[in-house]
Amino acid sequence: MTVDVAIRFDRVCKSFNGVKVLDEVSFDVPRHTALCILGRSGTGKSVTLRQMIGLIQPDTGSIFINGENLAQVDSRGLNRLRKQIGFLFQYSALFDSISVGENVAFPLRRHTRLGEAEITRKVGELLNQVGLEQHRRKMPSEISGGMQKRVGLARAMAMDPSILLVDEPSSGLDPVTAVEIDNLLADLKRQRGTTLVVVTHNIPSAKRIGDTLAFLHNGRILESGTPEQFENSRHELVRSFMSVQGGT
Amino acid sequence: MFSSIRSLIANAFSWIGDVARFGCRGLLRALYPPFEILEIGRQVFEVGYRSIPLIAAAGFAVGAVMSMHTRASLERFGAESLIPMGLGMAMIKETGPLVTALLFSGRVGAGIGAELGAMRVTEQIDALESLAVDSFKHLVVTRILACMIALPLLTTMMNFTGIVGGFVAETVISDMSFNLYFDRALSAIDFDDYIPATGKTVLFGFIIGTVSSYLGYYTRGGTAGVGQASTKSVVFSSILVILTNVIVVKAIFFFFPGAAQ
Repeated sequence: MTVDVAIRFDRVCKSFNGVKVLDEVSFDVPRHTALCILGRSGTGKSVTLRQMIGLIQPDTGSIFINGENLAQVDSRGLNRLRKQIGFLFQYSALFDSISVGENVAFPLRRHTRLGEAEITRKVGELLNQVGLEQHRRKMPSEISGGMQKRVGLARAMAMDPSILLVDEPSSGLDPVTAVEIDNLLADLKRQRGTTLVVVTHNIPSAKRIGDTLAFLHNGRILESGTPEQFENSRHELVRSFMSVQGGT
Repeated sequence: MFSSIRSLIANAFSWIGDVARFGCRGLLRALYPPFEILEIGRQVFEVGYRSIPLIAAAGFAVGAVMSMHTRASLERFGAESLIPMGLGMAMIKETGPLVTALLFSGRVGAGIGAELGAMRVTEQIDALESLAVDSFKHLVVTRILACMIALPLLTTMMNFTGIVGGFVAETVISDMSFNLYFDRALSAIDFDDYIPATGKTVLFGFIIGTVSSYLGYYTRGGTAGVGQASTKSVVFSSILVILTNVIVVKAIFFFFPGAAQ
């Protein structure tokens, strides 16, 4: 594998209760680029994302992260890889027993030797990036779903990951904040060279963030290419997906 | 009919086997770093310190009621002076450990089952894993150890408050001094009585921590699943504590013959 590939899926299959969700899915995500995975609900987009961080294991096939086969690393190796990956969950998955600020500080406290002052500064900086610095002392239950999403993004970015996996970044956000988050993700890729994999239903968002789009359908990648190529896809389903949401 | 009972029993033993394996895995993992000392301390505070009001109040009430019942029986034989000794033996040998364990399973078992269950269904356990944290170690091992540490301490507290409760009930009727009451209560108790009886609560703590963590950690089915995990944690850990107590008491009599007297 060339070193320019951050993530590689090699003929990955996954079934749940006999239903095949992914059927020999293969793709590469080159380093410092953004891949947006599109598709209708229940087509295995989130499963694909979760497999990249080892939360779900494929039935067959291989997944490589920074050249390492996830199936062949032990738990220490997996944790070493996970420290290089940030993950934003669809429903944020914030720890509800600690404050917003402590959620963002959590990975820093666990995995770095930063002093309290440095952690406080970094948490403030991260929350500022997502526009929530003034809410750092609140508990997750005291802020809205959209705000929780942004806190989740700040937590995912805390360790300066080289790969950022994002599940539905714009769900629950107002259009203005959604665009701000898209721009933040695009900046991360441009300025820090973060490799992004974004699962989304939002076509304008995918166009803003993605260098490449991939359309999952019936367990396979029906189409992959640039946003322009998607507009002129030979698949009717892809074209209709783009046209239905394209104007929004 | 017969085959369904047989499969029910087989499933029950299979489930107990899974839980036992889960708990033993927890104990083994406790031997390897990271030791999660801060989290264990936090959990001891949560399950132990926060249980003190419940255990102290219950101990006081149980001791008072036992004293009143004992008086009613012993008065007929003119043996009222044996009330403190009888109460002390009953509290320290059996009532204290068992009642504390059952109250603990109600408060702490339900809490652990619900907390871990909620963390599972809201993807917080997955979030821990994604942040390169061993969720089993961070959530399960720490809670099992905290239960094993906290329960013997709470049992000792219940024994003490039980004797105090007995004294208060007694002092309403007779004018026995506090010192005399305590001397008599502890006169028939030695380490052969106290150590095994309180030591067995370490095992009870292991059972309660393991069962409730197992049910919470593997919760399925949204909020309904969380409710079931919480309820089952109390029911199964209480049943297992009561059944295990029978075997443990027999073992105590075998290894500490003095405790049987």
